[in-house]
Amino acid sequence: MLSRVADNLYWFARYLERTENLARLVGASTELMLDLPRHLAPGWEPLLRIAGSQANFAARGGADYSGRAIVRFLIADAANNSSMAASISRAREIARTARDILPRDLWERINGLHIYVSEHADDAISHSGRHGFLTQVIANVQGLTGMLEGVVSEGQALSFLTLGRNIERADMTSRIVDVRTAALPGDQAAAQLQPFETVLWMSVLRSLSAYQMYRIHARERLHGAGVVRFLLADEHFPRACVCCLRRAEEVLLRLPHSETLRRRMMRMRKAIGHSSQEAYEQGTLHEFIDRLQLSLARTNDELARIYFLGEPLAEPAAGSRQSQSMISAVSRDSAPRTL
Amino acid sequence: MQIAWSDYPAATSFDELISAGGQPRAAARALVEYLSALGATELAVRQRAAETAIRGMGIAFTVYHEEGGSIDRAWPLDIIPRVIDRLEWQRIEAGLRQRALALNLFIDDVYHDQLIIRDRIFPGEFLADSANFRTQCIGISPPLGVWAHICGSDLIRGADGTMYVLEDNLRVPSGVSYMLENRQVVKRVFPEVFEASTILPVDDYPSQLLETLRAMAPDGVTHPEVVVLTPGIYNSAYFEHSYLAQQMGCELVEGRDLAVRDDDHVYMRTVDGWRRVDVIYRRVDDLFLDPEVFRADSTLGVRGLMRAWCAGNVALANAPGAGVADDKLVYTFVPAMIRYYLDEEAILPNVPSYLCTDAAQRSHVLAHLDELVVKPANESGGYGMLMGPKSSAAERARFAELIRAQPRNYMAQPVIDLSTTPTLVDGGIEPRHLDLRPFILSGREVQVTMGGLTRVALRKGSLVVNSSQGGGSKDTWIVDTAADHALARS
Repeated sequence: MLSRVADNLYWFARYLERTENLARLVGASTELMLDLPRHLAPGWEPLLRIAGSQANFAARGGADYSGRAIVRFLIADAANNSSMAASISRAREIARTARDILPRDLWERINGLHIYVSEHADDAISHSGRHGFLTQVIANVQGLTGMLEGVVSEGQALSFLTLGRNIERADMTSRIVDVRTAALPGDQAAAQLQPFETVLWMSVLRSLSAYQMYRIHARERLHGAGVVRFLLADEHFPRACVCCLRRAEEVLLRLPHSETLRRRMMRMRKAIGHSSQEAYEQGTLHEFIDRLQLSLARTNDELARIYFLGEPLAEPAAGSRQSQSMISAVSRDSAPRTL
Repeated sequence: MQIAWSDYPAATSFDELISAGGQPRAAARALVEYLSALGATELAVRQRAAETAIRGMGIAFTVYHEEGGSIDRAWPLDIIPRVIDRLEWQRIEAGLRQRALALNLFIDDVYHDQLIIRDRIFPGEFLADSANFRTQCIGISPPLGVWAHICGSDLIRGADGTMYVLEDNLRVPSGVSYMLENRQVVKRVFPEVFEASTILPVDDYPSQLLETLRAMAPDGVTHPEVVVLTPGIYNSAYFEHSYLAQQMGCELVEGRDLAVRDDDHVYMRTVDGWRRVDVIYRRVDDLFLDPEVFRADSTLGVRGLMRAWCAGNVALANAPGAGVADDKLVYTFVPAMIRYYLDEEAILPNVPSYLCTDAAQRSHVLAHLDELVVKPANESGGYGMLMGPKSSAAERARFAELIRAQPRNYMAQPVIDLSTTPTLVDGGIEPRHLDLRPFILSGREVQVTMGGLTRVALRKGSLVVNSSQGGGSKDTWIVDTAADHALARS
């Protein structure tokens, strides 16, 4: 398979997954705002942090941190690189170039989703239309993902799609856990928040569609350490980081030159399994997730180096390439340390 | 509702299906009778079914808009086919074969000994001024001496029924995928007619193209890696590039997938590493092929590609420089080339043409601007033309000046009243003007598509058939009436 095609398929899966994740995140946050008393609600700004878009939002002249403004920015703003509208239109462009590899009906469906989002994104901004819009988007993306799972043979194409989906998932899950836990301990409102803590943790789970599976898995009262452990280290929940990494590792087995990548992923899985709960309990979860995020970014770069960009040429074959990565845009103050 | 062909307006133009008396031509008889029985209402239903099928099959062409990005438009197909008798087609085919042979000999000659100039058949100064003559190609000998492996020649029929060659497209001619897809759709729409008569198949093209490309492989390569090089998804013919790659089972690559490495071979970057490429069917114009040699700002090409090609390490179809024969002035010399290289008379005539470089012809052109079509020598797609009868005095004055300033850049032809064919329009069937683009493959042998892509002007009276300007298309049937008669007798 051509490297460019592999690169495209990987990003196609990431954009689709990002779309679904954004829809869940906005949906769960909307509910959370309704459940919490106004003076305790965390506001909408954390969503920008989760999406890694604070700087971009500010640069676009955003001084209005209302729900409407932020939801518009995250869903409908085509100029925001990580918005839902931008993700879908890039996924659609890729599907156009890969029509001979992707299932035939997929093009029509992604095209339909693109039209739906461009015509109805305003519904998401209004409170009353939001739920219906998000539900529709999630159902559509799941339909597309199901189509890929259901009819694409287990070859290189499916490997890159699976890699993209799982790396995007691990990235998003770790971001949500990071931002949401950061808001909890040490907060001056912590004492007041106590009665609502359960609501908060439920919201975290819901934004990853993890509530029901957590209930089945945990069979105990919701508590922070349990949720963090489940979302980061569970081996079987498809959106838990460890599970995403295991799935990525499995498909890497089918690709050439993947030993280093697989070793890196195994290291990450072990580190998460050993240390994530402890990090939470000791108040160092943020630093821990920082390192996890950095490792994911390295994984992404490594994939690009091995499969997408090609070995360095004396003279580059073509024009420069834009970084499509949301992760690599994240800057770090302290010296980079991976897991 | 029955279709009354007696009401079909008999125009002054030649009609491809209906003769002057309102009777169907022999090769079209079965079709016309079938359409009559079907009736206009059912025909409209089938047209809609065809349009649904086209959307479902994803047959599209791309129109680029600055604001909305690129838009895929469904391919416009009129379901009433255009019919040509096999006997007539055999003559046309022979004419196209002859033309492709002569054109390839001409290109090879101008990049080597230039005998045709020495023998004063073709004026050397025309070559020096040609926008598509590439000095970088001088002395290069591509495999089999073939430069224009894929040629798309546009044929038009005049009022007296004569089939003329209007132009030869030797750079990156497009449209063949639509010829193939049109047949797929029309077979679904009119299966009964295909059962009842001998309509010759067109589906061979992708395998013939692959065979032609494989035959060009560098010496010693027994299993050549053939790829299709596209400028990318914003190109209006992207659908065709991806369609042909898929049909031939080749990779569809962009310039950035390829690299010429230290050994002067071309490689493509795959997940498993570099893989050598032997033959490239390039759909990128000469000037964008290699920034090292041509336009330095091109990001569509491959740095070093010309080096690899000159070294004989990779074959390019069409060869760089083949466009030299795709010049409207060179076109006027094709009958002379056929005489010179093949010692034959041209089977298919050119449209009569006036050269503005010749003083007598130029003054004729300047005196008759209101009757003639004036064409720039090196443009394609109908750009920069003057349509005399429809022009304003100001436009004619501007062209007169252009012609006097740069006579080499212009030629003129009488307006040909293009033939028509019955076409579905709102409220019935009316004649519309059309042309025909067959494709000629030159490799070890010369092969011509069975028919070609028929393009039709959908607006009443219009002579513009380009799909980007509101033109449509038709399936083209080469009907073996002799076989059908024999079948009927037995």
